[in-house]
Amino acid sequence: MNRDDTDGSGQPASAVPLLALRNVSKTFPGVRALDDVSLDLHAGEVHMLLGENGAGKSSLIKVLYGAYRADAGTILCDGRLVEITRPADARRLGIAVIFQEFSLVPFLDLAQNIFLGREPRRPLTRLIDHGRMHREARAVLDSLGLDYDTRALAVDLGVAQQQMVEIAKALSQRARILVMDEPTAALSERESKTLFTLIRQLRASGVAIACISHRMQEVFELGDRVTVLRDGRRVATLPAREATPDQLIGMMVGRAVGAVYKRRQYGKAGEIVLEVRGLTTATGVRDVDLNVREGEIVGLSGLVGAGRTEVARAVFGADAIVAGEVRIFGAIAKGGPERIAARGVALIPENRKLEGLALKRSVQDNLLVASLWKLFPRGWYRAGVARACARALIDRLRVTPPAPRRMVRVLSGGNQQKIVVGKWLAAGCKLFLFDEPTRGIDVGAKSEIFALIEDLVERGAAVLLISAELAEIVHVCDRAYVMRAGRIGGELARTELSEENILRLAMHGA
Amino acid sequence: MPNNPVSATAVRSPQHWRHLFAGDGAELALRVALIVLIGSALALASDAFLSTANVLNVLRQASLIFLLAAGLTLVILCGGFDLSVAANLTLSACLAAGVIKSGLSPWLGIATALACGTAAGALNGLAVTLLRLPPFLATYAMLWILQGLAFHYMGGQEIFGFPPAFRALGTGFAFGVPVPVYLMAVVLFVATVFVRSTNVGQEIYAIGANPEAARLSGIPMRRRQMLVYMLSGLMSGIAAVVFLARVNAADSGMGEPLLLPAIAAVLIGGTSLFGGVGSVLGTVLGAIILALVINGMNLLDIRAQWQPLVVGVVLLVAVMVDLVARGRRERIG
Repeated sequence: MNRDDTDGSGQPASAVPLLALRNVSKTFPGVRALDDVSLDLHAGEVHMLLGENGAGKSSLIKVLYGAYRADAGTILCDGRLVEITRPADARRLGIAVIFQEFSLVPFLDLAQNIFLGREPRRPLTRLIDHGRMHREARAVLDSLGLDYDTRALAVDLGVAQQQMVEIAKALSQRARILVMDEPTAALSERESKTLFTLIRQLRASGVAIACISHRMQEVFELGDRVTVLRDGRRVATLPAREATPDQLIGMMVGRAVGAVYKRRQYGKAGEIVLEVRGLTTATGVRDVDLNVREGEIVGLSGLVGAGRTEVARAVFGADAIVAGEVRIFGAIAKGGPERIAARGVALIPENRKLEGLALKRSVQDNLLVASLWKLFPRGWYRAGVARACARALIDRLRVTPPAPRRMVRVLSGGNQQKIVVGKWLAAGCKLFLFDEPTRGIDVGAKSEIFALIEDLVERGAAVLLISAELAEIVHVCDRAYVMRAGRIGGELARTELSEENILRLAMHGA
Repeated sequence: MPNNPVSATAVRSPQHWRHLFAGDGAELALRVALIVLIGSALALASDAFLSTANVLNVLRQASLIFLLAAGLTLVILCGGFDLSVAANLTLSACLAAGVIKSGLSPWLGIATALACGTAAGALNGLAVTLLRLPPFLATYAMLWILQGLAFHYMGGQEIFGFPPAFRALGTGFAFGVPVPVYLMAVVLFVATVFVRSTNVGQEIYAIGANPEAARLSGIPMRRRQMLVYMLSGLMSGIAAVVFLARVNAADSGMGEPLLLPAIAAVLIGGTSLFGGVGSVLGTVLGAIILALVINGMNLLDIRAQWQPLVVGVVLLVAVMVDLVARGRRERIG
């Protein structure tokens, strides 16, 4: 490898990139995940990939790894045209991906993990040669300067150490192209430094590294070049040392506005409905303060993993609170979801299929599940009344087809989401916690959901809206909190609401 | 319960007839058809089958299985399982037998059986809700514990010979119909009203269909789970009384042969092992199908060794028919 003659501009000198994507596109129903993206990875460079949630970074990685197959475009490896249709193809080409969720098997030791599925075998018996496996594992770890015991179990390692082992595993497979998805997301400052040292070492040895990051500081500390993605398109690729944080954030935002719902009118905020003080949970929320008033839509933004969902779940009683308090209409709220829901709080969970709906039950059954005792206070369920009530809700939500007995499983995502919202309408809730209400639904359904949310606040409800779509927060909310690493990074008044400001608060060191 | 399609498009669709076979009502109708089919075949094959005495005998046999299976149905609908129903019956019957034999009122014996059954059910409920043990494991352990207690209490002995008034609960007739059949009808009615026409019944279906979604919809999940395990225990106690009265003897092995038939009745009746789908009415039909199969083989002099095999085949057929029907319903909507 003699390509490591980076000339100082951040532009690697080698002519032929190790890996090159040319005009790659990938479309899902309703979503253009990747739109004509081209990207070069050179030997001996660290290439940072930047973009807000949904910009196409994960799709890009999945195409590289053979988890997705691109609809259009080509991939060149060493200048030769290649096809990556399965993860095995990627491995053969020397592409290794380290995902945020590690793939180590907890109760196998490090050597077993590193050589999983390709253990060295004794010549005659074909039994695993444990001695050789440990020696080779040792050699790989040594080459990275890691002194871990090859007989230690993966489960006993810290997150940072597991990550190092993942890298060792990739290198033992002779990976020349290493792709990392937010490698520092779960690491402390000091662990990140160790990782950076290792990454620089790999770069010096001629490995091409692509790295997704949400921390601006990292981009400049580690990156040679940086590519910004937005809405599935590549906005720009430039040398890291020529870029500035504001410039990069400017490139990341600016989603096409036409598709976004516009708030009809802003009302006056009433009394405080939800007040959270010092909220801390075992799920990663740290000392969060926030409040929501009557007639307000308050945004809770931040990057994926910042702790937004966890705040909503803790408020709803779904996760235990370690410290701090939640007040609803001034009174301290304690207990599980059944206690909180009884006080007029609704949670529209992030994952509607797993947490919001009973897919094998009917539209009617799902719509009424949270309001049974409101409708039938004495406990006698009457099918006729239930049917009439379900029909009224179906009309109000414009669920199509308007068939109360239809199974929820067969409805479209947008209609399913309407039903998750609808089940709280009949329950007469006063505070709605919307967690990513528009994820995976089409544009028409999105604006219907927002119209519904606006209806709610006009009738005096209070809404906490969690969304990773910055534009949604900007155009719908009265004000917004931005979370970062489990904490509130800042609060933005309506006049301050902009995608740039949200991103600045959401990203480290920006 | 009828589950007819209501949308105009569905009615117009050429596959409309499939909806009839896909709804809940259709699944029950299929079972009735199966009963008629087996019944007709047996009537042709054996003169004795259609005699009033034999038909009532089939129903009486079905009633005991049903009493045990009704409680189990509630638990399974709610997404749980109860392997301890038969062992619970054994212990409840033995304790009741001891109480009655010691000269106390049979009423007290009945109360003992119901209390014992409910208490054991409550323990199951606590193990599942408080200790968060998987239902299968918790109730399997309970099976051994209850069986062990019964062994200890009986000490290898048998208790037999009860007052005629008590025995009438198992062997008596009213207006020519066996008493347990009335009991079956009452339990069927009450349980069906409970699951179909109360909020709690709706919540039981909701929990069985998706526990996390039910919890996040504000349903007090643990209280409902507690309730179904206790009701299952109560049904074991009721079944214990009927069984004790019928065989006029208690021993520590009396319940065991009923466990697998009870589970079979629930599954043949169309209740999904995964929860949230099924009905008590289906379980009654399942119990009758099971009793018919056994009765028919006795009448036809087929050796008893073949019975489990035939039950297994019936079970497979019933479950597969449901799978096909539900698959269609999902696709058509």
